[in-house]
Amino acid sequence: MDWLNLIVFPLIRSVILLFILLTAFAYLTWYERKLLARFQIRYGPNRAGPYGLMLPAADAVKAFFKEEVIPNHVDKVVYLLGPVLGLIPVLAVWAVIPITKNTPAIADVNIGFLWILALTGVESYGIILAGWGSNNNYSLLGALRSSAQMISYELPLGMFLVSILMLAGSFSLVQLVQSPRAWWEWLWLWIMFPFFFICMLAECNRTPFDLPETENELVAGFQTEYGGMKFAMFFIAEYLNVITTSTLMATLFFGGWKLPFGITDFLPILGPFVLAVKVIILLFVFIWVRASIGRPRYDQLMRFTWQYLLPGSIVYMIITALLVLFFK
Amino acid sequence: MGLEEKLPEGVLTTSLESLVNWGRQNSTWPLLFGLACCAMEMIATGTARHDIARYGSELFRASPRQADLLIVSGRVSNKMAPVIKRIHDQMSEPKWVIAMGICASAGGPFNNYAIIQGVDKILPVDVYVPGCPPRPEALLYALDKLREKQGKETFAHYRQLAANDAIIKPENIESLDNMRAKQFA
Repeated sequence: MDWLNLIVFPLIRSVILLFILLTAFAYLTWYERKLLARFQIRYGPNRAGPYGLMLPAADAVKAFFKEEVIPNHVDKVVYLLGPVLGLIPVLAVWAVIPITKNTPAIADVNIGFLWILALTGVESYGIILAGWGSNNNYSLLGALRSSAQMISYELPLGMFLVSILMLAGSFSLVQLVQSPRAWWEWLWLWIMFPFFFICMLAECNRTPFDLPETENELVAGFQTEYGGMKFAMFFIAEYLNVITTSTLMATLFFGGWKLPFGITDFLPILGPFVLAVKVIILLFVFIWVRASIGRPRYDQLMRFTWQYLLPGSIVYMIITALLVLFFK
Repeated sequence: MGLEEKLPEGVLTTSLESLVNWGRQNSTWPLLFGLACCAMEMIATGTARHDIARYGSELFRASPRQADLLIVSGRVSNKMAPVIKRIHDQMSEPKWVIAMGICASAGGPFNNYAIIQGVDKILPVDVYVPGCPPRPEALLYALDKLREKQGKETFAHYRQLAANDAIIKPENIESLDNMRAKQFA
């Protein structure tokens, strides 16, 4: 029954996971629009269903029945490949995230960390291809901005991940959540959390770092030439990216599926729900930041990462190494 | 057009039709595009007091390919007309147009050589909003009227549009220079 374990069960799990993630994406758009409205003392969407709860369905139906335009001047293959390549890595990251005791979402890869780093690297290809294939000045500029921003912010992100790795002593995310941590380790991690969060904001192209798609400069950035379902795919990728990074942060900094005092060790079935609650709280923070902070200039963004964040993260890594060497 | 022109007629498509119309009613994304003083009122419609988001229309998209609704908010000068025409051509079907204010509807006080007397001379307009400029409530009422209109749309209408080649294909969109040359000839 090896093939059952190798192919059939992971496939079933993937389908369930895909279903959950796409629903989560749909309701994240509702959550965001509603929360932004509340932050600005508005009601927000309330015509489609009670509290506007059917809004994601309306958006989906509209996008699905919209005309699919492929402009004449685009490079067709690259143009169509862009949204697909943007979406797949975001979904694939989910394979290694632990959802309950000894159970990852799909597979316990012993190089979980590298898997995540590799896939976040591939993610930017979708955007670059979209910008290049669209054959449009705004798209190209947006894509260039996006790629420069992602690469710059991946460096401190990598340094931070290496620090977490040294503290955990394992590449596997399942092991990382389950290995016991001393109080000073938690404290040391949480000191780093705000900076990690900033890196993640830049990784997801979220406000205040949504420079690749600024309306006032670049129309819609790399997605200018995309409409209908193709645009919806970019939308899905962007929002799923937010969900994925929130989950990652919940896993790395807040114990993932675990509750304090080992409650979830006795009731592993609670794990996914605990994780979901943590993710929803982190998503709230993402939207909170979007509602409160304006966008910096592009040179300010780059200066912040190269002059402050990267040296800071290297210093952080060295101190972590010393801490692990002497106290662990 | 998308899928609907390929569907056969029947009971099933009728209920699908109402579902699609409901979707379009609740997610009409306007184009982020202002022409003149009416644009100020259009912006005010998005603010907390008037809140266009209640209809699910707060996502003003900057790219015409992602927008469903063109709000012509102000007078249309001869020089701007080709630009508006081109933006409207670039929007993908189904698309709607609201002529906001008396200038966009019929020229208003500018009865002169420079202003086009109503945007309906160059675009098909769905809803006209009177006023100079109309208050945000008037624009919201227009949106309500548009939703009413969207609710009555049929697949047959779009099928007919496709059959008559009324839907503009990307290769048939004229360049600005070309349009201007014709206009000022």
